[in-house]
This record gives sequence, structure tokens and C-alpha cells, in this order.
Amino acid sequence: MHIIVPMKQIPDLVEELEVDSEGTDIDREYLKFVSNEYDEQALEEALLIKESTGAEITVVGLDEEDIDQTLYTAIAKGADKAVKLTGTGDGWVDTHTRADILASWLSGQSFDLILTGVQAVDDLDGQLATLLGARLGIPHAAVVVEVQPKDDKVTVRQEFSAGMAIEQEISLPAIVGIQAARQAPRYAPITRIRQAMQSGGLEEVAANTESAGSGLSIRRLYLPEKAGHAEMIDGSPEDVADKILELIRSKGLLK
Amino acid sequence: MSNDILVLAENPGGELADTTFELLGKAKELASSLGGQVIAALFGTPELAQNLGAADVVITMEHPSLAHYNPEAYEKALTKVVQERQPRLVLLATTTLGLDLAAALSVTWDAPLVSYVVGLDIEGSTIVATAQIYGGKLMAETAIEADKGICTVIAGSFSADLGKSTGSPNIEQMDPPSELDNEKISCVNLSRPEAGGIDITTADMLVSVGRGIQSEDNLEIVQELADAMGVPLSSSRPIIDQGWLPKPHQVGKSGLKVKPKVYLMFGISGAPEHLEGMRDAELIIACNTDESAPIFDVAHYGTTVDLFDLVPALVDKVQG
Repeated sequence: MHIIVPMKQIPDLVEELEVDSEGTDIDREYLKFVSNEYDEQALEEALLIKESTGAEITVVGLDEEDIDQTLYTAIAKGADKAVKLTGTGDGWVDTHTRADILASWLSGQSFDLILTGVQAVDDLDGQLATLLGARLGIPHAAVVVEVQPKDDKVTVRQEFSAGMAIEQEISLPAIVGIQAARQAPRYAPITRIRQAMQSGGLEEVAANTESAGSGLSIRRLYLPEKAGHAEMIDGSPEDVADKILELIRSKGLLK
Repeated sequence: MSNDILVLAENPGGELADTTFELLGKAKELASSLGGQVIAALFGTPELAQNLGAADVVITMEHPSLAHYNPEAYEKALTKVVQERQPRLVLLATTTLGLDLAAALSVTWDAPLVSYVVGLDIEGSTIVATAQIYGGKLMAETAIEADKGICTVIAGSFSADLGKSTGSPNIEQMDPPSELDNEKISCVNLSRPEAGGIDITTADMLVSVGRGIQSEDNLEIVQELADAMGVPLSSSRPIIDQGWLPKPHQVGKSGLKVKPKVYLMFGISGAPEHLEGMRDAELIIACNTDESAPIFDVAHYGTTVDLFDLVPALVDKVQG
């Protein structure tokens, strides 16, 4: 079984986001970019399948800020091959364009299963797994928390609200949007990541960036207007604790 | 192209989701300013059509593949409805169905999609959708300039009241698409959470913990506080995904909706996923060292004191 895991970089939300001078994108210059956490979950699920079936894993990413780090980390964790699609520009790549770029590259690949993150913090025009599935004309399912392969099928567990879940059996090839892997993403020791970086082996392929895009126009990007803001409690931990207990007791609790 | 607004009625568990009524309410408002109708698409459970009184038309479709939720069958069914009725706008919720179907419909119907929508307005003949992105840190105002579009709407963005209004919609049965007979996906099992064990939905108060707790070992201190206060410990999604707490503890879109008198939270930044499950709590007190965390826009009281200092102080005082 060959599993392909598309991965992408997103701004580290721990940092303050600023809107650029055009007012339609974030200012990317000083931002730190990290791997999309849901893609890390997808990679983990792929690694678990590899452990149980001996599948081969290829990770693929667009040439985005610090993508090398993400791809080499994936290799350090056990991915067999990493591909970087180059020439995709510096700014925001909408999901429609991303799906077209990946679909074009995938047309030259043979694969059984694509696992990727169920969503990303900037996928305003739609989620990659679903878009790519529709573009490729293969079955797709989102919000999946478990993938179990069996012959030429996979059984996936899809989550719904209030804890309901549905198991769907899907014929391969298919694409699945992973919400969470069966276990927390594994840790790759820094020495192994360095080793992977030193051995190189990142395959670079020029991307075919032809795409009609999302058809959306962002008119304005702005910080949310604060409808209200919490009344902040300052002071020493003891003072704050006293105030919190007073608030709780005002609701008739903790008498 | 019409000026109709089409809403996908969501019924994966056999009953209509709250979000369906929120969407119907907004659709009614938009359709009346555009001069169109509200159409609800309902697959597999025609008996629920009578609950969709806010719609002008309910299109029902039945087929063995639509008896339970199947993303592939739903995609084909929805594509057929949309291609036949050509609405101005299709509304879905940002739920599993929304994440499965909206982007696919954007391909099959060749229409632009805006995800994570929290506001919808009409300017002239343009539909303006405002979305919440980057974990709620930024808002994106987008114009759907095409003559058709799709939005997935975050739960709780619109009131459900208008969508629950009663009426007598025309119920039209549509034949399923012919390609609905050899699905590559089949639904093999539907499960609901097991009864028994902890029930965070009935507690008067919850102590809730998020990513800021940093490690599984650290959970002990918030558990100690919850025990001292005699209330359950709940959490945001990352804690569940890490396997640090079992699923019945999860508050949020993919977990449980709670409405306690007091929701005391530590190290939760306030991602939309979480807010959906707790924003109706009577008193929300949030502790987070990031003063710009979105949770402080929702909480009634907040503090940036480090939870690792605050929690032990609270435990001492509660234990007296």
C-alpha cells in the first residue's frame, strides 16, 4: 500500500497576526510558520498503518516557509520519501489552487490512500481532503479519527457532534481528512531530524500552478471587533484566587 | 439562476441538528431581501419534513444509500438538487457534513465556497460572507461576486428562533440520481456515546483544562482542584486527542455542549471548536497567560496569572 500525506505550513498562532498594507492578507514577513497540526495527525495515522501493514509513505508539501523542517521531521518519524513542489510563490495559496497543484502532481503517481489534515486555520475556501477528492474523482471522508485497512478497502471512523460516530467502508483509492490519529503524534528526536536533513533526499519537483483559483475575493481582513471583553482580574495568585472563589460563590456554589 | 437560498437539513443521528434551524432562519432573512424562496434539502428521513416549516419548499429524496449518512451518496444527492434548482446560495453548517460536502459541491457545481462563516449580508446583488479564520484571530470579509455560492456556517452564528417558525412548505419528492447505485463508500456502523460514567452536561460547574496544561502529568493539579470543588473535570479537544482524558470529558463542537452555572477554565485559548460547546455557560472565568487569547472576548472574567500559580492557590483556599 502506498500512502501519500500532503502537509502544509501555517502561521504559528502563538504569535500576533498582523494584516498587511493591502488589508487582504496577513503580514508574513516576521511570522514563524509551523506544520499544520492536523497534517501531523494524518502523518501519525499513516505511520500506524505502516507499522501494521508495511505500507510505504510519501509526504508532499508546497515550497512554503520551513516546509523542509516539516518534511525532514516526517522522514525522521518514518516516512519513506518526501517531495517538495516548488515555484508556488510566497503568499497565501488558497485550497482550490493547492488542490489543483497536488492533483497535477498526483496524476503522475500511483497511490492507494491519501491522508491529510481535516482542515487548516487558513483554508477559507474549503478543506483540502474534500476538494482534492472531488477534483480527483475518488471517494473522500472528513473528520476521521481512525483508519483501518483491509484488502482493497479502508474502514474509517467519522466523528459527528455529541459523540456520535459512523464507520464507513471505502474502496481504494481514497482520500481521508484526519481529525485525530489513534494515538498522539510521535516525537522525532532532534538528532534523527538532523540526520535526515544531512542525508538530504528531499525530491524537488516544479509545481504545475495552473489553477482557476477559489473564485473568492477577500475584501478585508481584520481583527475581530470585540463584542465584549472579560473583566480582567489582576493581582497575586492568592488575590485572584479569592476573587474567583467569590464569583463562584455568588452563583450559590461551593458554599 | 434563481434568488433562492438552499439549506441542507442535517440529520445524521435521525433527528434535525440545531444548526439546521439556525441556517433556515438566516436563509429566510436573505431570501426575503433577495426575493427568493427558502429550499430545504432533506435526504433519507422524509418524516422530518414537517419540522422544516421555516422553508418554502422541502425537497426530499429517498434511497437505500441515503438511509444513513454516506458522504458519497449525499454528495451526489446534493449535487443533483443544486443542479436542478440552481439556488443563489447553498448553506451548510461547519460540521462533519459541511466538511465532507461543501468543498466537493464547490467542484461538482463549480461555485465559490466560503468556510467558517459567522456573518452573511447582502449589498446590492452581492452576497458578503464574513468568516472567522486563523483560529478566530482574524475575520475575513469576502464577496461572492459569482451568481452562485456556497457557505459553511459556524454553529451559533445565527439565531435558531426564526428557523423554527412553523409553516406549511411544499414538499417535493425528487428522484435520486441514477449514479446512486454503486457507491464506493458504505456506512457499516453508527455508534453513540455509551451511557453511564461521567456526565459533564448536567453539572452546575465544571473545571475545564486545555493545551496550556502542557503535559499529562500536569493534569493532576487541575484534577485536584476539580476534586476539591466537587465538580467534574472537562477539557478542550487537544487534551482528548493526546489521550490524556477520555472522550466523555470533551467540551466543544465534536464533543459535548455544556451550559453550567460556572465554567472555570485553564489554559484554553478559545478556538471556535471549543466556544461552540460552552459559550452559553452563565459565568465563564478564564485563566490564560496570553492576554490576546480569543477566550477573553467570550469569558465574563479573566486573568493572565499563570495557571501553575493560580490552581494551587485555589486548591489551598477551597480546602481551607
